[in-house]
Amino acid sequence: MRDGSPPAGAGEYRALSRLISRIENHPGAAASIIADLWSRTGRARRVGLTGAPGVGKSTLADQLITAARDGGLTVAVIAVDPSSPFSGGAILGDRVRMVRHSGDPGVYIRSMAARAHLGGLAAATRDVAYVLEAFAFDLILVETVGVGQSELEIMRLADTVVVVTAPGFGDAVQTLKAGILEIADVLVVNKADRPGAKETVMQLREMRRLVPHHDAWDVPVVETTASTGAGVADVWEAIRRHGEHLRTSGELEARRGRRAEREVLALVEAALASRVRATVHDRGEPAELLARAKRHEADPHSTAKAILERLIPPEGR
Amino acid sequence: MAKIGLDGHDRGVKVVARALRDAGFEVVYTGLHRTPEEVAVAAVQEDVDVIGVSILSGAHMALVPPLLDALQARDAGDIKVLVGGVIPEADRAKLRDLGAAAVFDQDASTDAVVDWIRRHGVRSEE
Repeated sequence: MRDGSPPAGAGEYRALSRLISRIENHPGAAASIIADLWSRTGRARRVGLTGAPGVGKSTLADQLITAARDGGLTVAVIAVDPSSPFSGGAILGDRVRMVRHSGDPGVYIRSMAARAHLGGLAAATRDVAYVLEAFAFDLILVETVGVGQSELEIMRLADTVVVVTAPGFGDAVQTLKAGILEIADVLVVNKADRPGAKETVMQLREMRRLVPHHDAWDVPVVETTASTGAGVADVWEAIRRHGEHLRTSGELEARRGRRAEREVLALVEAALASRVRATVHDRGEPAELLARAKRHEADPHSTAKAILERLIPPEGR
Repeated sequence: MAKIGLDGHDRGVKVVARALRDAGFEVVYTGLHRTPEEVAVAAVQEDVDVIGVSILSGAHMALVPPLLDALQARDAGDIKVLVGGVIPEADRAKLRDLGAAAVFDQDASTDAVVDWIRRHGVRSEE
């Protein structure tokens, strides 16, 4: 790996920070920014941290930063927190747990409010991750909002997904449910000094036997007490081993390929959708069809089919 | 929103942070006992428009200038610094002369802070 020196120099963090704000605040600006720095992306290790609110994601992130720095890696953190659905405002408090890295120029921490985006990340997180890659950070840690059971977007962004849980977050039935636990490449039971930790670990190991990982990888279940650092070395080792597995099995290329495909299709769909919206509101026939549906004279399915056939003739599809 | 120095009174800063959130702002909270350097680094990395520092210990004359210097040193002198807390009348003008954008005493309403940030805080895009 590289030598752990600051990737772009502390003075350049201002430029990096401004760039990230532009992407957050002007979705239209992202296209040219990403195109310009694309050749410098793709070299960082992306690790996602997800789990319910209060399980200790930020504290674990803080410890993982230390582990990465000790290993000579530079680290960028994206910490996403929820936005108020009413005011749009947010309190971003994740960096409170990571403040001891403040004087280290090899560490960059950026909070993001999820804004109206669902899925555990902000809409701009995907592009911000590319920017951080281009600024040559070795490791990008992405901490999601405190999630429930189906905010799974992190699996589309990270090479390795660490799902953090803690004792007292539900019984054996919870661990059988689909969703969040299925996307884990590494399972962490944090707050292992609390009662019930052993049972939680046992239940997760049991679950793991019943629901094998989608990619022939034996998901480790690691106990930690992030507040003291106990077990963090094991998490770091599990992340390292998963990285090795990704490389040797060819799964890294496969994951990144799927990611690229999804991103391209999502961008095409979004662009098409906005064109369709514009057209439906100003062109004669589709606008008339829409008006009929609004008057309850036609059902939504037939209307959509009819509009689509006028916008994209069937033989052109 | 930041607490600098040994002052452990964080009720006020949390009330103001909450009021700003409810007014639609995104607020990064730094926690207690930060150094001026730590606050400057956080402000630069988060690309904030305004730093609100709450100081109820009486150490504002010792803590605000280093924060302003730390921002200058990072080419971030355009980030506005708003000081709140127990600030004697005589010190308010001094702090403004030193480069604080505004000073609010302990009697200021959260509305006044929200209103000030709405009017002066949000940086224009270049």
